[in-house]
Amino acid sequence: MQLTQEQQQILEGSRGQTMAKAMQTLVRYGELYNADAMIPVTGKYNHLVTSFGLKALTPVYELMDQLIAEGAVSGTKFSADPRPLDKNVPSSFLQNIIFNHFMYSKQDFYEDQLQKLGLMEKDAFTCTCYMDEVGNTPKKGDILSWSESSAVVYANSVLAARCNRNSGIIDLMGAICGFVPRFGLLTDEGRKAKWIVEVRTTKKPEAQLLGSAIGMKVMEDVPYIRGLDKWLGTLDDDAKAYLKDMGAATASNGAVGLYHVAGITPEAVERGEDLILPDAQVYVIDDAELQRVYDSYPVIWKNKDATPKLCFMGCPHMSLHQLIDWTERVEQGLKAAGNQKVVIPTVFTAAPAVIEKFNDTPYAARLKETGVILSYICPLMYMNNPLSAKMPVITSSNKLRTYTSARYYTDDEILAQITKGGN
Amino acid sequence: MKQFHGRVVAKGTVSAPALVSHGGLNTLASFQKALQFGDKKATCGDQNNPDLYGKQMAGTALCLPRTIGSTTGGLVLYCACSMKRQPACMLFSEPIDSLAAAGAILQDVWLDDVSMPVVDCLGEEFLNYVRDGMNVTVKEDGVVEVD
Repeated sequence: MQLTQEQQQILEGSRGQTMAKAMQTLVRYGELYNADAMIPVTGKYNHLVTSFGLKALTPVYELMDQLIAEGAVSGTKFSADPRPLDKNVPSSFLQNIIFNHFMYSKQDFYEDQLQKLGLMEKDAFTCTCYMDEVGNTPKKGDILSWSESSAVVYANSVLAARCNRNSGIIDLMGAICGFVPRFGLLTDEGRKAKWIVEVRTTKKPEAQLLGSAIGMKVMEDVPYIRGLDKWLGTLDDDAKAYLKDMGAATASNGAVGLYHVAGITPEAVERGEDLILPDAQVYVIDDAELQRVYDSYPVIWKNKDATPKLCFMGCPHMSLHQLIDWTERVEQGLKAAGNQKVVIPTVFTAAPAVIEKFNDTPYAARLKETGVILSYICPLMYMNNPLSAKMPVITSSNKLRTYTSARYYTDDEILAQITKGGN
Repeated sequence: MKQFHGRVVAKGTVSAPALVSHGGLNTLASFQKALQFGDKKATCGDQNNPDLYGKQMAGTALCLPRTIGSTTGGLVLYCACSMKRQPACMLFSEPIDSLAAAGAILQDVWLDDVSMPVVDCLGEEFLNYVRDGMNVTVKEDGVVEVD
Protein backbone atom coordinates (compact mmCIF):
# COMPACT_ATOMS: atom_id res chain seq x y z
CA MET A 1 0.00 0.00 0.00
CA GLN A 2 1.28 3.41 -0.89
CA LEU A 3 1.37 5.83 2.05
CA THR A 4 1.80 9.57 1.84
CA GLN A 5 4.71 11.16 3.66
CA GLU A 6 2.35 12.32 6.42
CA GLN A 7 0.88 8.83 6.84
CA GLN A 8 4.32 7.21 6.86
CA GLN A 9 5.47 9.64 9.54
CA ILE A 10 2.47 8.90 11.72
CA LEU A 11 3.19 5.20 11.30
CA GLU A 12 6.76 5.81 12.41
CA GLY A 13 5.65 7.63 15.54
CA SER A 14 5.77 11.34 14.64
CA ARG A 15 2.53 11.85 16.57
CA GLY A 16 3.29 9.42 19.39
CA GLN A 17 3.20 5.68 19.83
CA THR A 18 -0.55 5.44 20.30
CA MET A 19 -1.24 7.22 17.01
CA ALA A 20 1.39 5.00 15.39
CA LYS A 21 -0.45 1.92 16.61
CA ALA A 22 -3.76 3.30 15.35
CA MET A 23 -2.22 3.85 11.92
CA GLN A 24 -0.57 0.43 12.00
CA THR A 25 -3.96 -1.13 12.73
CA LEU A 26 -5.51 0.56 9.70
CA VAL A 27 -2.58 -0.24 7.40
CA ARG A 28 -2.64 -3.92 8.33
CA TYR A 29 -6.41 -3.98 7.94
CA GLY A 30 -6.10 -2.47 4.46
CA GLU A 31 -3.25 -4.75 3.40
CA LEU A 32 -5.40 -7.80 4.04
CA TYR A 33 -7.82 -6.55 1.39
CA ASN A 34 -5.19 -5.27 -1.07
CA ALA A 35 -5.93 -1.62 -0.37
CA ASP A 36 -3.87 0.63 -2.62
CA ALA A 37 -3.84 3.74 -0.43
CA MET A 38 -5.07 5.38 2.73
CA ILE A 39 -7.59 8.05 1.78
CA PRO A 40 -9.00 10.92 3.83
CA VAL A 41 -12.28 10.51 5.70
CA THR A 42 -14.51 13.23 4.23
CA GLY A 43 -17.80 12.65 6.06
CA LYS A 44 -18.66 15.46 8.46
CA TYR A 45 -19.48 13.04 11.28
CA ASN A 46 -18.49 9.50 12.19
CA HIS A 47 -20.72 6.78 13.64
CA LEU A 48 -19.67 4.16 16.23
CA VAL A 49 -21.37 0.85 16.94
CA THR A 50 -20.28 0.71 20.57
CA SER A 51 -22.75 2.62 22.69
CA PHE A 52 -23.14 0.37 25.66
CA GLY A 53 -21.27 0.29 28.92
CA LEU A 54 -21.17 -3.47 28.94
CA LYS A 55 -18.98 -4.81 31.73
CA ALA A 56 -17.78 -7.53 29.35
CA LEU A 57 -16.15 -4.89 27.19
CA THR A 58 -13.90 -3.50 29.93
CA PRO A 59 -10.77 -3.91 27.73
CA VAL A 60 -12.34 -1.55 25.17
CA TYR A 61 -12.82 1.12 27.81
CA GLU A 62 -9.21 0.67 28.90
CA LEU A 63 -8.11 1.12 25.30
CA MET A 64 -10.22 4.26 25.04
CA ASP A 65 -8.66 5.60 28.22
CA GLN A 66 -5.27 5.09 26.61
CA LEU A 67 -6.39 6.95 23.48
CA ILE A 68 -7.79 9.86 25.50
CA ALA A 69 -4.68 10.07 27.69
CA GLU A 70 -2.48 10.28 24.60
CA GLY A 71 -4.71 12.90 22.98
CA ALA A 72 -5.63 10.46 20.20
CA VAL A 73 -9.23 11.62 19.99
CA SER A 74 -11.55 11.64 17.02
CA GLY A 75 -10.89 14.34 14.45
CA THR A 76 -14.59 14.36 13.64
CA LYS A 77 -17.51 14.35 16.03
CA PHE A 78 -19.60 11.19 16.00
CA SER A 79 -22.90 9.61 16.85
CA ALA A 80 -23.13 6.16 18.44
CA ASP A 81 -25.58 3.26 18.54
CA PRO A 82 -28.58 3.39 20.89
CA ARG A 83 -28.36 3.31 24.65
CA PRO A 84 -29.06 -0.11 26.16
CA LEU A 85 -31.27 1.03 29.04
CA ASP A 86 -34.53 2.92 29.39
CA LYS A 87 -36.63 2.70 32.52
CA ASN A 88 -39.78 3.16 30.42
CA VAL A 89 -39.30 -0.25 28.82
CA PRO A 90 -40.96 -3.03 30.83
CA SER A 91 -38.52 -5.17 32.78
CA SER A 92 -38.72 -7.41 35.82
CA PHE A 93 -37.10 -6.79 39.19
CA LEU A 94 -34.46 -9.40 38.34
CA GLN A 95 -33.82 -7.93 34.89
CA ASN A 96 -33.27 -4.51 36.44
CA ILE A 97 -30.67 -5.93 38.81
CA ILE A 98 -28.91 -7.75 35.95
CA PHE A 99 -29.06 -4.72 33.62
CA ASN A 100 -27.97 -2.07 36.12
CA HIS A 101 -25.56 -3.93 38.36
CA PHE A 102 -23.98 -6.54 36.10
CA MET A 103 -24.39 -5.95 32.39
CA TYR A 104 -24.42 -2.19 31.91
CA SER A 105 -22.81 -1.08 35.14
CA LYS A 106 -20.27 0.94 33.15
CA GLN A 107 -22.82 2.92 31.14
CA ASP A 108 -22.26 6.32 32.79
CA PHE A 109 -18.51 5.86 32.73
CA TYR A 110 -18.57 4.92 29.06
CA GLU A 111 -20.82 7.80 28.03
CA ASP A 112 -18.34 10.12 29.73
CA GLN A 113 -15.55 8.55 27.66
CA LEU A 114 -17.56 9.06 24.46
CA GLN A 115 -18.04 12.73 25.33
CA LYS A 116 -14.27 13.10 25.69
CA LEU A 117 -13.65 11.27 22.42
CA GLY A 118 -16.02 13.54 20.46
CA LEU A 119 -19.72 12.55 20.73
CA MET A 120 -21.84 14.95 18.56
CA GLU A 121 -24.15 15.78 21.45
CA LYS A 122 -25.21 14.08 24.64
CA ASP A 123 -28.20 12.25 23.13
CA ALA A 124 -26.61 11.28 19.81
CA PHE A 125 -27.39 7.61 20.46
CA THR A 126 -29.20 5.83 17.63
CA CYS A 127 -28.54 3.27 14.91
CA THR A 128 -30.34 5.59 12.44
CA CYS A 129 -27.96 8.51 12.74
CA TYR A 130 -28.67 9.40 9.10
CA MET A 131 -32.21 10.60 9.87
CA ASP A 132 -32.67 14.32 9.16
CA GLU A 133 -33.67 14.93 12.77
CA VAL A 134 -30.36 13.49 14.03
CA GLY A 135 -28.19 15.33 11.56
CA ASN A 136 -25.49 12.79 10.74
CA THR A 137 -26.48 12.44 7.08
CA PRO A 138 -23.51 11.90 4.77
CA LYS A 139 -23.41 13.38 1.30
CA LYS A 140 -23.06 11.42 -1.91
CA GLY A 141 -19.45 10.31 -2.35
CA ASP A 142 -18.42 11.03 1.25
CA ILE A 143 -15.77 8.63 2.56
CA LEU A 144 -16.78 7.26 5.96
CA SER A 145 -15.25 5.26 8.78
CA TRP A 146 -18.56 4.05 10.22
CA SER A 147 -19.55 0.78 11.80
CA GLU A 148 -23.10 -0.49 12.62
CA SER A 149 -24.06 -2.70 9.73
CA SER A 150 -27.55 -1.24 9.20
CA ALA A 151 -26.19 2.32 9.07
CA VAL A 152 -23.33 1.37 6.75
CA VAL A 153 -25.63 -0.34 4.25
CA TYR A 154 -28.02 2.63 4.30
CA ALA A 155 -25.25 5.20 3.86
CA ASN A 156 -23.78 3.25 0.94
CA SER A 157 -27.02 2.35 -0.80
CA VAL A 158 -29.53 5.13 -0.18
CA LEU A 159 -27.13 8.04 0.30
CA ALA A 160 -24.36 6.86 -2.07
CA ALA A 161 -21.66 7.57 0.51
CA ARG A 162 -18.71 5.16 0.64
CA CYS A 163 -17.96 2.99 3.63
CA ASN A 164 -16.76 -0.54 4.31
CA ARG A 165 -18.40 -2.79 6.85
CA ASN A 166 -16.03 -1.85 9.64
CA SER A 167 -15.86 -3.42 13.04
CA GLY A 168 -16.14 -1.44 16.24
CA ILE A 169 -12.80 0.18 17.20
CA ILE A 170 -11.69 0.15 13.55
CA ASP A 171 -14.37 2.85 13.08
CA LEU A 172 -12.74 4.94 15.79
CA MET A 173 -9.20 4.36 14.49
CA GLY A 174 -10.25 5.77 11.12
CA ALA A 175 -11.71 8.84 12.78
CA ILE A 176 -8.63 9.36 14.94
CA CYS A 177 -6.17 9.08 12.05
CA GLY A 178 -8.48 10.79 9.56
CA PHE A 179 -7.72 8.12 6.95
CA VAL A 180 -9.18 4.78 5.91
CA PRO A 181 -7.69 2.11 3.64
CA ARG A 182 -9.20 2.17 0.15
CA PHE A 183 -10.64 -1.21 -0.75
CA GLY A 184 -13.99 -2.91 -1.25
CA LEU A 185 -16.95 -0.56 -1.14
CA LEU A 186 -14.71 2.51 -1.32
CA THR A 187 -13.77 1.62 -4.90
CA ASP A 188 -15.84 1.84 -8.10
CA GLU A 189 -15.13 -1.81 -8.86
CA GLY A 190 -16.12 -2.94 -5.36
CA ARG A 191 -19.51 -1.27 -5.77
CA LYS A 192 -20.47 -3.38 -8.76
CA ALA A 193 -23.11 -6.05 -8.42
CA LYS A 194 -22.27 -9.75 -8.43
CA TRP A 195 -25.95 -10.61 -8.18
CA ILE A 196 -29.10 -9.59 -10.01
CA VAL A 197 -32.15 -9.97 -7.81
CA GLU A 198 -35.40 -10.16 -9.77
CA VAL A 199 -38.40 -9.25 -7.61
CA ARG A 200 -41.47 -10.93 -9.11
CA THR A 201 -43.95 -10.84 -6.27
CA THR A 202 -47.68 -10.22 -6.73
CA LYS A 203 -47.73 -7.55 -3.99
CA LYS A 204 -45.25 -5.20 -2.33
CA PRO A 205 -42.83 -7.56 -0.59
CA GLU A 206 -42.37 -7.27 3.14
CA ALA A 207 -39.17 -5.23 3.50
CA GLN A 208 -37.77 -7.34 6.32
CA LEU A 209 -38.45 -10.61 4.50
CA LEU A 210 -37.08 -9.43 1.18
CA GLY A 211 -33.91 -8.20 2.86
CA SER A 212 -33.52 -11.48 4.71
CA ALA A 213 -33.90 -13.52 1.51
CA ILE A 214 -31.37 -11.34 -0.31
CA GLY A 215 -28.88 -11.36 2.56
CA MET A 216 -28.96 -15.12 2.99
CA LYS A 217 -28.43 -15.64 -0.73
CA VAL A 218 -25.75 -13.09 -1.64
CA MET A 219 -24.00 -12.91 1.77
CA GLU A 220 -21.37 -10.13 1.46
CA ASP A 221 -21.81 -9.49 -2.27
CA VAL A 222 -23.49 -6.47 -3.86
CA PRO A 223 -26.95 -7.17 -5.32
CA TYR A 224 -28.66 -5.15 -8.07
CA ILE A 225 -32.39 -5.38 -7.42
CA ARG A 226 -34.81 -5.22 -10.32
CA GLY A 227 -38.59 -4.99 -10.05
CA LEU A 228 -38.75 -3.24 -6.68
CA ASP A 229 -39.22 0.24 -8.18
CA LYS A 230 -42.66 -0.93 -9.26
CA TRP A 231 -43.63 -1.12 -5.57
CA LEU A 232 -41.60 1.78 -4.19
CA GLY A 233 -42.29 4.46 -6.81
CA THR A 234 -39.83 7.18 -5.85
CA LEU A 235 -37.30 7.68 -3.10
CA ASP A 236 -39.74 9.39 -0.72
CA ASP A 237 -40.02 9.00 3.08
CA ASP A 238 -41.98 5.78 2.67
CA ALA A 239 -39.38 4.26 0.35
CA LYS A 240 -36.50 5.40 2.56
CA ALA A 241 -38.06 3.70 5.58
CA TYR A 242 -38.63 0.58 3.50
CA LEU A 243 -35.02 0.54 2.33
CA LYS A 244 -33.78 1.14 5.89
CA ASP A 245 -35.57 -2.00 7.07
CA MET A 246 -34.77 -4.07 4.00
CA GLY A 247 -31.10 -3.07 4.19
CA ALA A 248 -30.78 -3.93 7.87
CA ALA A 249 -32.11 -7.40 7.09
CA THR A 250 -29.64 -7.88 4.21
CA ALA A 251 -26.81 -6.83 6.51
CA SER A 252 -27.77 -9.01 9.46
CA ASN A 253 -29.10 -12.10 7.67
CA GLY A 254 -26.11 -11.89 5.36
CA ALA A 255 -23.29 -9.37 5.35
CA VAL A 256 -24.45 -6.97 2.65
CA GLY A 257 -22.82 -3.53 2.78
CA LEU A 258 -24.36 -2.09 -0.40
CA TYR A 259 -27.32 -2.82 -2.64
CA HIS A 260 -28.59 -1.04 -5.72
CA VAL A 261 -32.31 -0.76 -6.51
CA ALA A 262 -33.06 -0.11 -10.18
CA GLY A 263 -34.71 3.26 -10.67
CA ILE A 264 -34.54 4.15 -6.96
CA THR A 265 -31.11 4.33 -5.32
CA PRO A 266 -28.81 7.14 -6.52
CA GLU A 267 -26.10 5.09 -8.21
CA ALA A 268 -28.62 2.82 -9.92
CA VAL A 269 -30.51 5.87 -11.19
CA GLU A 270 -27.26 7.37 -12.46
CA ARG A 271 -25.50 4.35 -13.92
CA GLY A 272 -28.25 1.78 -14.37
CA GLU A 273 -27.16 -1.71 -15.35
CA ASP A 274 -23.56 -0.62 -15.92
CA LEU A 275 -23.30 -1.43 -12.23
CA ILE A 276 -23.79 -5.13 -12.90
CA LEU A 277 -20.70 -7.30 -13.40
CA PRO A 278 -20.76 -9.40 -16.60
CA ASP A 279 -20.90 -12.77 -14.81
CA ALA A 280 -23.52 -11.77 -12.23
CA GLN A 281 -25.70 -14.57 -10.91
CA VAL A 282 -29.48 -14.25 -10.87
CA TYR A 283 -31.78 -14.79 -7.90
CA VAL A 284 -35.53 -14.69 -8.53
CA ILE A 285 -37.75 -13.78 -5.60
CA ASP A 286 -41.45 -14.51 -5.92
CA ASP A 287 -44.21 -15.06 -3.37
CA ALA A 288 -43.24 -18.72 -2.91
CA GLU A 289 -39.60 -17.85 -2.26
CA LEU A 290 -40.54 -15.30 0.40
CA GLN A 291 -42.81 -17.88 2.02
CA ARG A 292 -39.98 -20.44 1.96
CA VAL A 293 -37.67 -17.98 3.70
CA TYR A 294 -40.31 -17.09 6.29
CA ASP A 295 -40.99 -20.76 7.02
CA SER A 296 -37.27 -21.46 7.45
CA TYR A 297 -36.89 -19.31 10.58
CA PRO A 298 -36.41 -21.46 13.67
CA VAL A 299 -38.53 -20.61 16.71
CA ILE A 300 -36.17 -20.98 19.63
CA TRP A 301 -38.68 -20.30 22.39
CA LYS A 302 -38.83 -23.15 24.89
CA ASN A 303 -42.63 -23.14 24.65
CA LYS A 304 -43.41 -22.39 21.04
CA ASP A 305 -47.05 -21.62 21.92
CA ALA A 306 -46.23 -19.16 24.68
CA THR A 307 -48.21 -15.93 24.85
CA PRO A 308 -45.91 -13.07 23.88
CA LYS A 309 -44.86 -10.92 26.83
CA LEU A 310 -43.35 -8.07 24.84
CA CYS A 311 -43.26 -6.70 21.32
CA PHE A 312 -40.40 -4.64 19.89
CA MET A 313 -40.74 -2.52 16.75
CA GLY A 314 -37.85 -0.42 15.55
CA CYS A 315 -34.64 -2.34 15.02
CA PRO A 316 -33.26 -0.31 13.32
CA HIS A 317 -34.93 2.70 14.94
CA MET A 318 -38.18 3.89 13.34
CA SER A 319 -38.39 7.05 11.29
CA LEU A 320 -40.77 9.92 12.08
CA HIS A 321 -42.81 8.84 9.09
CA GLN A 322 -43.05 5.28 10.44
CA LEU A 323 -44.08 6.45 13.92
CA ILE A 324 -46.92 8.48 12.43
CA ASP A 325 -47.97 5.69 10.10
CA TRP A 326 -47.90 3.09 12.86
CA THR A 327 -49.85 5.30 15.24
CA GLU A 328 -52.67 5.31 12.71
CA ARG A 329 -52.37 1.59 12.06
CA VAL A 330 -52.49 0.70 15.75
CA GLU A 331 -55.49 2.98 16.29
CA GLN A 332 -57.34 1.38 13.39
CA GLY A 333 -56.39 -2.12 14.55
CA LEU A 334 -57.63 -1.45 18.07
CA LYS A 335 -60.86 0.03 16.80
CA ALA A 336 -61.50 -2.99 14.58
CA ALA A 337 -60.77 -5.34 17.48
CA GLY A 338 -62.87 -3.36 19.95
CA ASN A 339 -59.92 -2.74 22.25
CA GLN A 340 -58.70 0.48 23.85
CA LYS A 341 -55.08 -0.45 24.47
CA VAL A 342 -52.58 -2.83 22.95
CA VAL A 343 -52.99 -6.29 24.42
CA ILE A 344 -49.27 -7.10 24.44
CA PRO A 345 -46.80 -4.65 26.03
CA THR A 346 -45.37 -2.99 22.95
CA VAL A 347 -42.32 -0.78 22.54
CA PHE A 348 -41.64 1.38 19.50
CA THR A 349 -38.03 2.58 19.33
CA ALA A 350 -36.61 5.64 17.59
CA ALA A 351 -33.73 8.07 17.84
CA PRO A 352 -33.99 10.61 20.69
CA ALA A 353 -34.12 13.44 18.14
CA VAL A 354 -36.90 11.70 16.20
CA ILE A 355 -38.84 11.12 19.41
CA GLU A 356 -38.48 14.81 20.24
CA LYS A 357 -39.87 15.77 16.86
CA PHE A 358 -42.66 13.20 17.14
CA ASN A 359 -43.58 14.57 20.56
CA ASP A 360 -44.24 17.93 18.89
CA THR A 361 -46.97 16.35 16.78
CA PRO A 362 -50.50 15.41 17.86
CA TYR A 363 -49.65 11.80 17.09
CA ALA A 364 -47.56 11.50 20.27
CA ALA A 365 -50.62 11.75 22.54
CA ARG A 366 -52.56 9.43 20.24
CA LEU A 367 -49.83 6.77 20.36
CA LYS A 368 -49.64 7.07 24.13
CA GLU A 369 -53.40 6.55 24.27
CA THR A 370 -52.98 3.16 22.56
CA GLY A 371 -50.63 2.02 25.32
CA VAL A 372 -47.59 1.74 23.05
CA ILE A 373 -44.37 2.77 24.80
CA LEU A 374 -41.97 4.99 22.88
CA SER A 375 -38.30 4.52 23.70
CA TYR A 376 -34.77 5.26 22.46
CA ILE A 377 -33.49 1.88 23.68
CA CYS A 378 -31.59 -0.70 21.63
CA PRO A 379 -33.84 -3.78 21.59
CA LEU A 380 -30.81 -5.96 20.86
CA MET A 381 -29.08 -4.84 24.01
CA TYR A 382 -32.25 -5.48 26.00
CA MET A 383 -32.50 -9.01 24.62
CA ASN A 384 -28.83 -10.01 24.80
CA ASN A 385 -28.87 -11.72 28.19
CA PRO A 386 -30.08 -15.07 29.53
CA LEU A 387 -33.11 -13.61 31.35
CA SER A 388 -34.53 -11.72 28.39
CA ALA A 389 -33.66 -14.59 26.07
CA LYS A 390 -36.15 -16.74 27.97
CA MET A 391 -38.97 -14.24 27.39
CA PRO A 392 -41.38 -14.82 24.50
CA VAL A 393 -40.73 -11.57 22.63
CA ILE A 394 -42.14 -10.83 19.19
CA THR A 395 -40.83 -8.40 16.61
CA SER A 396 -41.11 -7.35 12.99
CA SER A 397 -37.34 -6.88 12.88
CA ASN A 398 -35.37 -9.52 11.08
CA LYS A 399 -32.18 -8.22 12.65
CA LEU A 400 -33.59 -8.74 16.14
CA ARG A 401 -34.77 -12.21 15.13
CA THR A 402 -31.31 -13.09 13.84
CA TYR A 403 -29.33 -12.04 16.89
CA THR A 404 -31.73 -12.93 19.69
CA SER A 405 -34.56 -15.29 20.66
CA ALA A 406 -37.21 -12.82 19.47
CA ARG A 407 -39.77 -14.31 17.09
CA TYR A 408 -40.35 -12.64 13.76
CA TYR A 409 -43.78 -11.77 12.38
CA THR A 410 -44.73 -9.65 9.38
CA ASP A 411 -46.03 -6.13 9.99
CA ASP A 412 -49.66 -7.22 9.52
CA GLU A 413 -49.21 -10.16 11.88
CA ILE A 414 -47.61 -7.94 14.50
CA LEU A 415 -50.45 -5.48 14.21
CA ALA A 416 -52.99 -8.26 14.70
CA GLN A 417 -51.08 -9.63 17.69
CA ILE A 418 -50.76 -6.36 19.54
CA THR A 419 -54.26 -5.11 18.82
CA LYS A 420 -56.28 -8.34 18.92
CA GLY A 421 -54.01 -10.89 20.61
CA GLY A 422 -53.61 -14.59 19.83
CA ASN A 423 -50.65 -16.43 18.39
CA MET B 1 -1.32 -35.98 9.21
CA LYS B 2 -2.48 -33.56 6.57
CA GLN B 3 -1.05 -30.16 5.74
CA PHE B 4 -2.91 -27.06 4.58
CA HIS B 5 -1.50 -23.74 3.44
CA GLY B 6 -3.16 -20.45 4.24
CA ARG B 7 -2.43 -16.75 4.52
CA VAL B 8 -1.05 -15.37 7.77
CA VAL B 9 -3.31 -12.72 9.30
CA ALA B 10 -1.67 -12.73 12.74
CA LYS B 11 1.64 -14.54 13.14
CA GLY B 12 2.44 -17.21 15.70
CA THR B 13 2.90 -20.90 16.36
CA VAL B 14 0.67 -23.04 18.50
CA SER B 15 -0.75 -26.55 18.86
CA ALA B 16 -4.26 -27.11 20.17
CA PRO B 17 -7.26 -29.44 19.84
CA ALA B 18 -9.60 -28.50 17.01
CA LEU B 19 -13.07 -27.09 17.54
CA VAL B 20 -14.99 -26.91 14.28
CA SER B 21 -17.86 -24.66 13.24
CA HIS B 22 -19.23 -25.41 9.79
CA GLY B 23 -21.45 -22.34 9.87
CA GLY B 24 -20.31 -18.76 10.42
CA LEU B 25 -19.33 -17.87 13.97
CA ASN B 26 -21.52 -15.14 15.44
CA THR B 27 -18.84 -13.52 17.57
CA LEU B 28 -21.03 -11.47 19.89
CA ALA B 29 -23.55 -14.25 20.49
CA SER B 30 -20.76 -16.79 21.04
CA PHE B 31 -18.57 -14.84 23.46
CA GLN B 32 -20.86 -12.39 25.23
CA LYS B 33 -22.05 -14.72 27.98
CA ALA B 34 -18.52 -15.92 28.69
CA LEU B 35 -17.10 -12.40 28.89
CA GLN B 36 -20.04 -11.12 30.91
CA PHE B 37 -20.25 -13.80 33.53
CA GLY B 38 -16.61 -14.72 34.11
CA ASP B 39 -16.49 -18.02 32.27
CA LYS B 40 -12.77 -18.63 31.70
CA LYS B 41 -13.48 -21.53 29.35
CA ALA B 42 -15.40 -19.21 27.05
CA THR B 43 -18.29 -21.63 26.61
CA CYS B 44 -20.05 -20.80 23.36
CA GLY B 45 -23.40 -19.14 24.08
CA ASP B 46 -24.79 -19.01 20.55
CA GLN B 47 -27.90 -21.19 20.48
CA ASN B 48 -28.06 -20.84 16.70
CA ASN B 49 -24.71 -22.60 16.24
CA PRO B 50 -25.26 -26.33 16.85
CA ASP B 51 -21.59 -27.12 16.22
CA LEU B 52 -20.30 -24.90 19.02
CA TYR B 53 -23.14 -24.21 21.45
CA GLY B 54 -22.15 -25.19 24.97
CA LYS B 55 -18.56 -26.09 24.03
CA GLN B 56 -15.37 -24.55 25.39
CA MET B 57 -13.75 -22.17 22.89
CA ALA B 58 -10.83 -20.90 24.99
CA GLY B 59 -7.59 -22.68 24.17
CA THR B 60 -8.94 -24.49 21.10
CA ALA B 61 -7.92 -24.28 17.46
CA LEU B 62 -11.15 -22.71 16.28
CA CYS B 63 -11.77 -23.80 12.69
CA LEU B 64 -14.49 -21.94 10.80
CA PRO B 65 -15.50 -20.55 7.43
CA ARG B 66 -15.99 -16.95 8.57
CA THR B 67 -17.56 -14.87 11.31
CA ILE B 68 -21.01 -13.32 11.00
CA GLY B 69 -23.18 -10.91 12.90
CA SER B 70 -22.89 -7.56 14.56
CA THR B 71 -20.10 -5.13 13.71
CA THR B 72 -19.12 -5.39 17.36
CA GLY B 73 -17.45 -8.65 16.27
CA GLY B 74 -13.91 -7.31 16.13
CA LEU B 75 -13.99 -5.64 19.49
CA VAL B 76 -15.58 -8.69 21.12
CA LEU B 77 -12.65 -10.80 19.88
CA TYR B 78 -10.26 -8.14 21.15
CA CYS B 79 -11.93 -8.32 24.58
CA ALA B 80 -11.80 -12.13 24.62
CA CYS B 81 -8.05 -11.90 23.99
CA SER B 82 -7.49 -9.17 26.54
CA MET B 83 -9.36 -11.21 29.15
CA LYS B 84 -7.37 -14.35 28.19
CA ARG B 85 -10.44 -16.25 27.06
CA GLN B 86 -9.51 -16.47 23.40
CA PRO B 87 -9.10 -19.55 21.22
CA ALA B 88 -5.48 -20.72 20.86
CA CYS B 89 -5.77 -19.81 17.19
CA MET B 90 -8.43 -19.06 14.58
CA LEU B 91 -8.31 -20.87 11.27
CA PHE B 92 -10.56 -19.71 8.45
CA SER B 93 -11.34 -21.77 5.39
CA GLU B 94 -12.48 -18.62 3.51
CA PRO B 95 -10.79 -15.23 3.12
CA ILE B 96 -11.23 -13.55 6.47
CA ASP B 97 -14.21 -11.20 6.84
CA SER B 98 -13.63 -7.61 7.89
CA LEU B 99 -14.98 -8.08 11.42
CA ALA B 100 -12.78 -11.04 12.32
CA ALA B 101 -9.86 -9.31 10.62
CA ALA B 102 -10.35 -6.33 12.90
CA GLY B 103 -10.27 -8.56 15.99
CA ALA B 104 -7.19 -10.42 14.77
CA ILE B 105 -5.26 -7.22 14.03
CA LEU B 106 -6.39 -5.34 17.14
CA GLN B 107 -5.16 -8.09 19.47
CA ASP B 108 -1.90 -8.38 17.56
CA VAL B 109 -1.16 -4.65 17.54
CA TRP B 110 -2.55 -3.53 20.90
CA LEU B 111 -2.06 -6.47 23.28
CA ASP B 112 1.58 -7.19 24.11
CA ASP B 113 1.02 -10.24 26.30
CA VAL B 114 -1.37 -12.16 24.05
CA SER B 115 -0.75 -14.25 20.97
CA MET B 116 -3.59 -15.66 18.90
CA PRO B 117 -2.30 -16.79 15.51
CA VAL B 118 -4.86 -16.32 12.76
CA VAL B 119 -4.69 -17.93 9.32
CA ASP B 120 -7.26 -17.61 6.53
CA CYS B 121 -7.82 -18.96 2.99
CA LEU B 122 -7.25 -22.58 4.10
CA GLY B 123 -9.87 -23.83 1.66
CA GLU B 124 -13.05 -25.84 1.84
CA GLU B 125 -11.11 -29.11 2.06
CA PHE B 126 -9.61 -27.98 5.36
CA LEU B 127 -13.01 -27.57 6.95
CA ASN B 128 -14.23 -30.86 5.50
CA TYR B 129 -11.19 -32.71 6.89
CA VAL B 130 -10.76 -31.30 10.38
CA ARG B 131 -12.87 -32.73 13.22
CA ASP B 132 -13.39 -31.73 16.85
CA GLY B 133 -10.50 -32.91 19.01
CA MET B 134 -7.96 -33.46 16.22
CA ASN B 135 -4.58 -31.99 17.03
CA VAL B 136 -3.89 -28.85 15.01
CA THR B 137 -0.49 -27.17 14.70
CA VAL B 138 -0.11 -23.69 13.24
CA LYS B 139 3.29 -22.53 11.97
CA GLU B 140 4.66 -19.03 11.39
CA ASP B 141 4.36 -19.27 7.61
CA GLY B 142 0.64 -20.13 7.53
CA VAL B 143 1.08 -23.90 7.30
CA VAL B 144 -1.52 -25.76 9.32
CA GLU B 145 -1.00 -29.44 10.19
CA VAL B 146 -3.92 -31.57 11.28
CA ASP B 147 -3.38 -34.95 13.00
